Amino acid sequence: MDLIKQPWPWYVAGPLIGLVVPALLLLGNKTFGISSSLRHICAACFPSNISFFKYDWKKESWNLFFAVGIIIGGAVATYLLSVPGPVDLNPDTVVTLKHQGVKDFSGLLPADIFSFSQLLTLRGFIFIVVGGFMVGFGTRYAGGCTSGHAIMGISSLQWPSLVATCCFMIGGFVMTWFILPYLLQL
Amino acid sequence: MRNLKYLIVGMLFGIVLIKSQVVSWFRIQEMFRLQAFHMYGVIGSAIVIGMISVLLIKRFQVKTINNETVIIPDKKFHWGNVYGGLIFGLGWAITGACPGPLFAQIGSGFLVIIVTLLSVIAGTWVYGLLRDKLPH
Repeated sequence: MDLIKQPWPWYVAGPLIGLVVPALLLLGNKTFGISSSLRHICAACFPSNISFFKYDWKKESWNLFFAVGIIIGGAVATYLLSVPGPVDLNPDTVVTLKHQGVKDFSGLLPADIFSFSQLLTLRGFIFIVVGGFMVGFGTRYAGGCTSGHAIMGISSLQWPSLVATCCFMIGGFVMTWFILPYLLQL
Repeated sequence: MRNLKYLIVGMLFGIVLIKSQVVSWFRIQEMFRLQAFHMYGVIGSAIVIGMISVLLIKRFQVKTINNETVIIPDKKFHWGNVYGGLIFGLGWAITGACPGPLFAQIGSGFLVIIVTLLSVIAGTWVYGLLRDKLPH
């Protein structure tokens, strides 16, 4: 139990995540992908006569059950299977981020950026709202996210997914190295 | 009830996301700053195991539990893979989370991320609205 409560190394977590691919295929011919659930939410709640949202989302509702499962799993892991504490980061990352204006390193997310009290500051709005909008717009435009393209797509040897994954990484590098230092200091 | 099995798989996936800390904003920063192998190890080994599984399923024509043939639809390339991918990447480095980890963060008690999730849904909706006008 002590071993479970410690953070899991990459060589345990990665293969377990990889096994989600055959699990979903064998349980019901489902291809691993999370961002589709966001489209189904739009189709179910705000179809607004947009052709992209006019389809039978109920047929794809497994994806919503999967997403709810992730929320429950997040709660189970946090409250039953973890000891709270800071993430064991590379000290260089901590130094750089402190220098760029991040103050709180006590949890999984920096609470000085991601909290309700920061939501109405310019910096908090960008990190909580604008970033999310870009993730949602980008993932649908790209036809998938990290799970659908990087893991499911590359696993099944689909080159468009490799292209998309490379673009995810390029976008992330550009943001982290050239733009984020300014955003963090807002 | 036939969807309950997907809820359970999602739950196990959510547990792994938290336990491996890949839902951490800090871990995504380490990854993009090339200061830790952790995220590359997680994603890389997930792809390797996924790939071996898919190859085995195809090679031995493994059937689903309902005895159906496994079908993996082909993804066709369109320029959205590039433009959308870049926008996604830019956003990913800000939020420090892609869609799966966002759900796990909410379960983990970061309730402000519900706002991020609503914004992600809004982004998806605006894509649907503008889809015909965007280059693909």
